[in-house]
Amino acid sequence: MRLYAVVAAGGFRRHATYRMATAAGVFTNTVFGFVMAYTYMALWAERPRLGGYDASQALTYVWLGQALLMTCAMMGGGFESELMERIRTGDIAVDLYRPADLQAWWLAGDLGRAAFHLLGRGVAPMALGALVFDLVLPDSPVRWLAFLVAVALGVVVSFAVRFLVALSAFWLLDGAGAMQIAWLAGLFFSGMLLPLNLFPGVLGEVARALPWSSLLQVPADVFLGRRTGWDLMGAYAFQAGWAVVLLVAGRLLQSAATRRVVVQGG
Amino acid sequence: MAETEAVPVGAAEAGRWPRGAGDTGRSRPVEGVRAYGLIVGMWLRSTLAYRASFVMTTVGNFVATAFDFVTIMLMFTHVDALGGYTLPEIALLYGVSATAFGLADLVLGSMDRLGRRVRDGTLDTLLVRPVPVLAQVAADRFALRRLGRITQGLLVLGYALVTLEVEWTPLKVLMLPMMVLSGAAIFGAVFVAGAAFQFFAQDASEVQNAFTYGGTTLLQYPPSIFAQDLVRGVTFVVPLAFVSWLPALYVLGRDYPLGLPGWVAFLPPLVAGVCWVLAGLAWRAGLRAYRSTGS
Repeated sequence: MRLYAVVAAGGFRRHATYRMATAAGVFTNTVFGFVMAYTYMALWAERPRLGGYDASQALTYVWLGQALLMTCAMMGGGFESELMERIRTGDIAVDLYRPADLQAWWLAGDLGRAAFHLLGRGVAPMALGALVFDLVLPDSPVRWLAFLVAVALGVVVSFAVRFLVALSAFWLLDGAGAMQIAWLAGLFFSGMLLPLNLFPGVLGEVARALPWSSLLQVPADVFLGRRTGWDLMGAYAFQAGWAVVLLVAGRLLQSAATRRVVVQGG
Repeated sequence: MAETEAVPVGAAEAGRWPRGAGDTGRSRPVEGVRAYGLIVGMWLRSTLAYRASFVMTTVGNFVATAFDFVTIMLMFTHVDALGGYTLPEIALLYGVSATAFGLADLVLGSMDRLGRRVRDGTLDTLLVRPVPVLAQVAADRFALRRLGRITQGLLVLGYALVTLEVEWTPLKVLMLPMMVLSGAAIFGAVFVAGAAFQFFAQDASEVQNAFTYGGTTLLQYPPSIFAQDLVRGVTFVVPLAFVSWLPALYVLGRDYPLGLPGWVAFLPPLVAGVCWVLAGLAWRAGLRAYRSTGS
């Protein structure tokens, strides 16, 4: 357990090193937040209470999206290209010899990264957005805590998906295509473009049932106080359920993959 | 998105590089364009060696940019107008902006890699070659997959032209190619200026994304929905409004929020020229200030 705590701390520190890049990222998140906020304001001016949100809640949703974009790695990023490269070059053989579990190792590192991105890339855009726009922030500490739990579960689901994508490199070698598909799905089905409760009909139902809704839609609804009491437990169960299913799938795929590892010499 | 192209080595050694301007008597800009063409050709051959990967990444590029328009269409499942604009009108703004940005992205989009080259010291290699550095940086890892974005922009533009109810005049028809080309030039100047900025702040390449990707997202929506100060900013400070908003609103017969006179709709070529002069000066200043890491 201590080992994984150290790996997580390393993941945090590794991303914390690039201060300039973090500041640049915050700037870009904020600009996109502004553009999206005005489009949402226009939309909610036409249709107040659209999707069950009022205008302030919709604006809050925009800035939550910018705050969680990096944390939940909705557009990919983090560890998967590195793991793919290790699989392609054969360095993965070294990893498999280590007295640590492959999946837990990378999960720990990704949790550390997410913790940094929540602080470094999440807090500042949210604060800037709250200064300019009329956002609804939770007034009870309990709801903040409930939100953080939902974000943590979202990060685990996000990791589990990206771990599966990374392992595809065992068969494909060049995982760029798989990574791109996962990136597109994450962008569309997380609710980053538009809240999933605005998606019409069957598309909406499917989108809300897919694992990616754990990345933004569910944490945002917890933040906005739309899921409380037993409904909150239902939200957690949904996220945790996907996390378990996907992590187990990753484990099965990993054991299938390691059986076919052929390390090139030289 | 991972770059998967193989890096061809030995092209420089194989003597394919053009000689310096002094040897051939060509002027420097001509030499730069020629070199750009040669390097692009090399990357094209490299890209097409992995056809499946090329097709997948181009489709991905198309889909990723199409999501922006899908978002707008999803919005229009709930409303009939956004900020007083109908879907075909917004499609015109979107199509012009996306196509113009796509062209700039195809030709100069690789320039955001400059910061990385400064950091790892590989920019030095470009400095010793007898070819303008700007041409080399612009052609570096030329990504043909960016045709996906242009295709998507053109499709939306086509949809707008079919569905719009506009009294077309010869002048309005001429405005279309003018907007797309001037717009591409304005976005191109932003790419060059952004690259120049990376000489000073290598890790800050993402700042550029706010003006390029953020800018094109902004222009896809009508100016009426944004705060006046934001509209002023993209009109007078970073003149992105000249890419699509001002000329397209003339085509649509609508007024610009800031109460600008009608003739500003015809300024985009001039604005593009001024932007390029400024971007060129910024590039020179950046290149002069460059100090190698020595590694």
